[in-house]
Amino acid sequence: MSVAEAELLDALRAGDEEAFAALVREHHASLVRVARMFVSTQAVAEEVAQETWLAVLNGLDRFEGRSSLKTWIFRILTNIAKTRAVRDGRTLPFSALQDPARVPEAAVDADRFLDSEHPRWPGHWALKPEAWPEEALVTAETRERLTAAIEALPATQRAVISLRDIEGWSSEEVRNALGLSETNQRVLLHRARSKVRAALESYLEQA
Amino acid sequence: MSVDVEQLSCQELVELVTDYLEGALSPEETARFEDHIGRCSACTIYLEQIRQTIALTGRLTADELSPEAERELLDAFRGWRSG
Repeated sequence: MSVAEAELLDALRAGDEEAFAALVREHHASLVRVARMFVSTQAVAEEVAQETWLAVLNGLDRFEGRSSLKTWIFRILTNIAKTRAVRDGRTLPFSALQDPARVPEAAVDADRFLDSEHPRWPGHWALKPEAWPEEALVTAETRERLTAAIEALPATQRAVISLRDIEGWSSEEVRNALGLSETNQRVLLHRARSKVRAALESYLEQA
Repeated sequence: MSVDVEQLSCQELVELVTDYLEGALSPEETARFEDHIGRCSACTIYLEQIRQTIALTGRLTADELSPEAERELLDAFRGWRSG
């Protein structure tokens, strides 16, 4: 356990309200996002996150620091979210049947490429991507399109891209928190980024 | 270096972009990837767009916790402390 984390734990156990508030502010949005992969609505995801904080408080004295505090909190969350999902009759993500690597999904539509039987350029771009104008990237509207594209992703992909690219987590942290294999973490990230790129492209082309 | 390896097509390359950025390709695969990028301006643009997508996403901020939810959690914390 790092010194900072040991100090944080001491503060929490001593009942330091500001330490708890800071912890909640740091992780709550991610907890809700991850919960959203398992449960059907945003409201239930919020409930699961709140329930997680209560379970964290109740478990603090038993936390031994064998994993990081963050990993421990997210394990509690996924357990609560799974229980809730089962109770609500939902199919769990990442079950064997839903292994993302089993269902192929193209990063770019196949019709953007020449046929694999093309005599000279098999699999080469038929419709090439065009460089994006820098000034269009920083507009408020591009930002809105980007947010909408992320919102539109399947919940598992949205969770992975949010934790990796918005929150800046490492792939290992995401794998631990979500209980994902290395391959599946990468497949989900790949699909999410590919779709968001495609959404930006279709918007920037019209603009 | 003249290694007789089959070249990547553009359609194959776009599927390897995340593996490449994550450092998950073998040295040989990395070399093949970079060799293609070196010769293909369209794939260079594609890779740049993925990097731009990541950078733009990184500028989005995480959702803020609503004041009500924060208050509820702090109440729970006080209850836990006194309980």
